[in-house]
Amino acid sequence: MKFSRRSVLGVLVATVALVVAGCSGAGSLTGGGGREITVAMVSNSQMQDAVALSDQFEQQNPGVSVKFVTLSENEARAKITASVATGGGEFDVVMISNYETPMWGEYGWLVDLGPYMAADPDYDADDFIPTLKTALSHDGSMYSAPFYGESSFLMYNKRLFAEAGVSLPPNPTWPEVAEAAAKLDSDRVAGICLRGKPGWGEVLAPLNTVINAYGGRWYDEDWNARLDSPEVKAAVQFYVDTVRRYGEAGASSSGFQECGNLLSQGRVAMWYDATSAVSVLESPETSTIAGDVGYLPAPSMAKKDNGWLYTWSLGIPSSSEHPDEAWAFIRWMTGKEYIRYVAEKLGPSHVPPGSRMSTYELPAYRELAEPFAEQTLASMQAANQLEPTLRPVPYTGVQFLAIPEFQDLGTRVSQQISAAIAGQISVDDALAQAQEYAEVVGKSYQREH
Amino acid sequence: MATAAPPRAPEEPAGQEPLTSSRDHISRAEGWRRRGPLLPALIFMIVVTQVPFLFTLYYSTQSWNLVRPDSRSFVGLDNYVAVFRDNQFWRVTANTVLLIVGTVLVSIVLGLLFALLLDRKFLGRGVVRTLLITPFLVTPVAAALLWKTSLLSPTNGLVNWALGPFGVEIDWLSEFPLMSVMAELVWQWTPFMMLLILAGLQSMPRDVQEAARVDGATSFRLFRELTLPHLRRFIELGAVLGAIYLVNTFDAVYMMTSGGPGVSSSNLSYYIYQRAFLGFDIGQAAAMGVVTVIGTIVVASLALRLIFKSFTGTEEPA
Amino acid sequence: MTTDTRPTAPVETSPEGLSHTEIRRRRHPRQAALTVFTWILAIGFFFPVLWMVLTAFKQESDAATNPPTFVFTPTLQQFRDVFDAGIATPLLNSVFATVVSTILVLLLGVPAAFALSLRPVRKTRDALFFFISTKMLPIVAAIIPLYVIVGEIGMLDNIWTLVILYTAMNLPIAVWMMRSFFLEVPGELLEAASIDGASLWTSVREVILPLVSPGIAATALICVIFSWNEFFFAVNMTAVNAQTMPVFLTGFMSGQGLYWAQLSAASVLAALPVVICGWIAQNKLVRGLSFGAIK
Repeated sequence: MKFSRRSVLGVLVATVALVVAGCSGAGSLTGGGGREITVAMVSNSQMQDAVALSDQFEQQNPGVSVKFVTLSENEARAKITASVATGGGEFDVVMISNYETPMWGEYGWLVDLGPYMAADPDYDADDFIPTLKTALSHDGSMYSAPFYGESSFLMYNKRLFAEAGVSLPPNPTWPEVAEAAAKLDSDRVAGICLRGKPGWGEVLAPLNTVINAYGGRWYDEDWNARLDSPEVKAAVQFYVDTVRRYGEAGASSSGFQECGNLLSQGRVAMWYDATSAVSVLESPETSTIAGDVGYLPAPSMAKKDNGWLYTWSLGIPSSSEHPDEAWAFIRWMTGKEYIRYVAEKLGPSHVPPGSRMSTYELPAYRELAEPFAEQTLASMQAANQLEPTLRPVPYTGVQFLAIPEFQDLGTRVSQQISAAIAGQISVDDALAQAQEYAEVVGKSYQREH
Repeated sequence: MATAAPPRAPEEPAGQEPLTSSRDHISRAEGWRRRGPLLPALIFMIVVTQVPFLFTLYYSTQSWNLVRPDSRSFVGLDNYVAVFRDNQFWRVTANTVLLIVGTVLVSIVLGLLFALLLDRKFLGRGVVRTLLITPFLVTPVAAALLWKTSLLSPTNGLVNWALGPFGVEIDWLSEFPLMSVMAELVWQWTPFMMLLILAGLQSMPRDVQEAARVDGATSFRLFRELTLPHLRRFIELGAVLGAIYLVNTFDAVYMMTSGGPGVSSSNLSYYIYQRAFLGFDIGQAAAMGVVTVIGTIVVASLALRLIFKSFTGTEEPA
Repeated sequence: MTTDTRPTAPVETSPEGLSHTEIRRRRHPRQAALTVFTWILAIGFFFPVLWMVLTAFKQESDAATNPPTFVFTPTLQQFRDVFDAGIATPLLNSVFATVVSTILVLLLGVPAAFALSLRPVRKTRDALFFFISTKMLPIVAAIIPLYVIVGEIGMLDNIWTLVILYTAMNLPIAVWMMRSFFLEVPGELLEAASIDGASLWTSVREVILPLVSPGIAATALICVIFSWNEFFFAVNMTAVNAQTMPVFLTGFMSGQGLYWAQLSAASVLAALPVVICGWIAQNKLVRGLSFGAIK
């Protein structure tokens, strides 16, 4: 390679060409010729269905084209939060949840959807499940629209229960569940499947409801961290012991996917997790126990009504340059017509559950949902995001704390718990470190008061 | 990133004039002309690397969560106290050291083995060399995914399939997370060490070797007393360069284990990334960054002394 | 060197630097065994890459099986799927970032290396030190303010951000490497060039640069490898528009289901350009990595 005059010229020309190409293709948002909106979503199956069906939206809204960005949950959260917090403007529609919505609504980071919904009576915002509506509102106005919602309950393999002669009362307590798991646990089949994967939306979701059930709380009213209290210790010890003794193999890396797989293949007898799991369990393509699944409300202890409340919802960042088109998309994806369309095109098992009351009235879905509809709705309606614990707390949220620091705090605490589940550290040590993390966050709130 | 303190009077390389006071021999204008071409690069590096580090120092004194507006307040050294009380941070530091030292050692040993095997003429030598350097060229993200899925998966991975007859059924990423990440890094860095050591082997003059052999020296003695000392500079260079790049290793941890279970395979890069980009806790992440930098400076001062001794100027005769 | 009175084959001046005794030894059976052993090791070491390429041509049902499928009917479906998933933007972005940052590194680094290879003066010695030290310190310590600053000037998700960061990332090693190549140029030529006032640029261009151009090529290759494969900056500083190939690859890791064949196809496409570059320019790679220690 000689540095002749010609090669230098060649390099310069190539550079210029690349710069021009670069400026037109890379690093700049597309402009002109139709409006394009960018939608950032989590890559769960119901969202992927929506992507597949999005042609209908583009047909109904000529001139608007949609670019989807689907990522796994952790990544999606991180990217979306970073973008919205810094006002980056990369996305016009973001998939968030009842964790972010009230906070971001308060900070002014989301567009108030109230006026849009009010101007469109056909949209029927009152059809949303009431607890969800409250959960996604700030100052009485909704800041994101639910796509699907869930609570949590206990699912079990009816056949395995019958074979082992085990039964549970209609409102079981956690000790009763552990006892049943012990009886059902064998070499080939684990008694129960509980999440153990680190992540504030993974192991911490079910674990927090257990903490609530035992009467525990993360902070007292003065923002003193309470992870070292007897109730929390008892709850966490119970959870870790149960999953280590009667739970699935590789528990410390098991999340929703893994447990869903195991229960639907008949490798575990019970599973405490999201109500939305029914799409995996009741669909014959993926589950060997479809039609033979039993459902019970989230177990209790000192406290009842422990099902969590969660919804994936769609909001518009304030920095979006196309809020009207963004609303048009949200309206399409969260409207009654979409649910009917999915039921027709892909089958009732693909319908996004737990967002609208009217979904459960659809004949096709009602038939399919008969085994679990009642339990799902009951759990969702009993979940109280604003008063999740036995004793008063300065935060809201059932399976999470609706404070910005929780994403990190929850993740770090969940890593400790996961390590305890893997047997690397003791529960006491895990909670001691968790308490330290929580104290640092608590102090920043105490400073404010 | 701050500058490390320069070592005292590094040795003068052979073939250059002795270090003299610039004022005696070169006029000021001449001095500027000599330094001139250096300035653009220097200024660029200062702006892009040093200035951000000053900001890191500043942020480390703040309690600041990026997603909680108006939460920013000055807290002095509180973040550092929290860092020192975080036993996960120290665990992660130990992991990082283990990862770097382990990867460098094993890949040097393997690289030496491959280099020795390549240091002779045989059929298809060029092809073999090509095959051996490929892992270094493969995008680290792709390599990490490859290891995670096709090789180490407990149910469908090649490793468990190959070891199946011996009754092995291990979930590598859960039970040996740090070792798994290290194995992947060794796979990627061995070619680098191999090439360096091969360069060293091929720059060894053969006549001294021949003389010793004719005088009756065994291969082993030859290796230990002639080859290894000559290779020392190359091995040192490999170790230092490898360590420099491995401090920042991120892709493998991110893709293979996400630092888990817990933080057992997390290294400093990944841990700080989590605090900053998943937790948006700017203050703590900055404090951790500063602590990491101080630690690295300490270690680097020793290492820099090493490279400078070995490689300033042209090479000496063996 | 002692004389050997036996009839000998002529001494080769091969690049491998073999002597006559070693050539004769080549036919020894032990050598053959060593060759076989070397081949086995090499294939074993290379095998994961081979497996990745094979898997890219499989149907999903053949990709994640236990026991692994070695015989299968190949298909191009996975590659088609990857292209459909929108490979054009990340590919263009990667090419742009790599090429432009490498050019910038050369533009900034060659003069710097030249200046540093002249008769050393205390200040230039410190400057060399400074360059190397910036490389030693963890990127992770600067990423936070970089992210905040870049965000505030609105350059997140812009390919130029990556260009600048990659230039800064590669410049120290490049300067160090090229300096070692410059040092091979006879001292008088360097001094003459620096003193020669008006024709400084000409003498540099026509005399010195051709001498070090293999070294510059080697340095450029190293820069290309590290820029193309870079992930940390790319994943944090980009979202949709400035996505590079490694980040694009992570989009194929789905939380649900095993899509190993598709993942392998995407990996092969992501890794291919640099692997091919490295294969073709192997000798330059060796020179670059060993800092001009071998010719």
